Amino acid sequence: MHDSKDFKIPIGPQHPALKEPEGFSVALKGEKILGVDIRLGYNHRGIEKAAEERTYVQDIYLIERVCGICSHSHSTCFVQAVEEIAGLAVPNRALYIRTIIAELERIHSHLLWLGVAGHEIGFDTLLMYSWRDREVVMDILAAITGNRVNYGMNTIGGVRRDIDAQQAEDILKALTILEERTKYYIEVATQETTIIKRLSGVGVLSREDVLRLDAVGPTARASGVKRDVRADDPYAAYAELSFEVITDDHADVYGRTVVRVKELMESYKIIRQALKNLPTGLLTVRAPRKIPVGEAISRYEAPRGEDVHYVKSNGTEKPERVKIRAPTLANVQAVKHMLRDRYLADMPIVVAAIDPCFSCTDRTVALKEEDCARAKVINWQALHAFSIEWYKQQGIDFTELNKKLQDRLKG
Amino acid sequence: MTQEEKIKESLVNKFNYLSVSIKIVRPRRISIEVSLDNFEPVFAYLARDLQFSHLCTITGLDEPEKLSFIYHLAADSGVLINLKIALPKSSPTLKTVTPYFPGAEIYERELVDLFGAKIEGLPSGHRYPLTDDWPVDQFPLRKEWKADKNA
Repeated sequence: MHDSKDFKIPIGPQHPALKEPEGFSVALKGEKILGVDIRLGYNHRGIEKAAEERTYVQDIYLIERVCGICSHSHSTCFVQAVEEIAGLAVPNRALYIRTIIAELERIHSHLLWLGVAGHEIGFDTLLMYSWRDREVVMDILAAITGNRVNYGMNTIGGVRRDIDAQQAEDILKALTILEERTKYYIEVATQETTIIKRLSGVGVLSREDVLRLDAVGPTARASGVKRDVRADDPYAAYAELSFEVITDDHADVYGRTVVRVKELMESYKIIRQALKNLPTGLLTVRAPRKIPVGEAISRYEAPRGEDVHYVKSNGTEKPERVKIRAPTLANVQAVKHMLRDRYLADMPIVVAAIDPCFSCTDRTVALKEEDCARAKVINWQALHAFSIEWYKQQGIDFTELNKKLQDRLKG
Repeated sequence: MTQEEKIKESLVNKFNYLSVSIKIVRPRRISIEVSLDNFEPVFAYLARDLQFSHLCTITGLDEPEKLSFIYHLAADSGVLINLKIALPKSSPTLKTVTPYFPGAEIYERELVDLFGAKIEGLPSGHRYPLTDDWPVDQFPLRKEWKADKNA
């Protein structure tokens, strides 16, 4: 795709930004990025195929594991589709509890992102602060669900655990702390010169490009595109709760930071309303083991943007097809665009700014295939040799350098 | 008249043949089935004239005597249209929608890798999501492909 004279460097496939695999091949002229070639798929685990071979109930737990950060997003998105096919009227209390967990999850995810963003620009104090504060919400999630991630709250027809009066009080107390801290982060994000200068004009994605490339979530909203499934295509209890869809016009990494920290305030608002108006009543309705023939598509505003699940049923206890489109897949294509003609040093923060989650993105298939070249077990030495060969094919050869080093060590 | 009925009406006015295959599933959900020949005009009309400006994703289905593809198109009003097209399994060839949605490239690559679809006009690039050494005749999301057969 580029002139062979361009200097190309591979970044990844081992954690190019966050600790997840994705391969970038960056063509450079000096410090400037001419183009980026992205190779995805390293985390492909066969979840869509596996879902077809399991029952709906087993699938809730399988699909929850699409992502370790937005696990509730995926399980809710999935059960919503199944409930629509089965025509289940999920009790209001369950819908409110789903909403509360969803927003708690958004809080922990956005705080996690804020720390990662701070780390990527060398502002590690921000990482320490935001991850310390994130523990407040993690403790709450653990107290309600029993887990820090993969909450197991959802079931087809409702939720599995209640939120009692004491827990509600604990959540409100935690929100007070978090809200105060978030006000501080908003101050940091909007007034701290280092942040403003480092992030402004970096990773620019215009409003037109968002629409053209179908970016979602905070990445889209930071370019002035007011798209939020919670408001546009409401699910759970969102239609009954009032909140603002945060947008920003900076259209760069700075804008994405502002959108996320301000969204935290909206999440607090949503949780307070949901707890105040938490309806009484059942947690679940009885769901049939065999789901009648049908299909449904469910959308959900995950912390990273729109999550889409399509479910087709065939009247048995196992789905005919489950299709998952995680938000990062919609956003990753915009990254190429954000990086073109920018500096290499901006790459980590630009990639991190979409808050990528490659585990989510790569979900679908791939199990061992006997006629597939990689279906073999290799030992450490062989793996080492393979990696040297692999890098050589990418145009990177350390043979000479290693020889020089060894000569020097001997001498 | 609800927004869904208005959309249905304008579609049926423009394309008479849709009157039987268009269904309002529930508020904000419409499903349409089209033949291969009618796909592009309907898709273009939805994307450009009716402002279904967001392609959520494309779902592949092995049904299993034919391969179907559903284009999930959303409008800012929250209405989502499932535009379904069925193709014979022997020649699952369709045209790329990247001229309308450049972001569709990765969704189409998935259909190529996992269902063995052939997409005309798809720009060259890496395959997704399978590895480069994955056999060219193995399509994991087809029904006859079993994960445990060779595991």
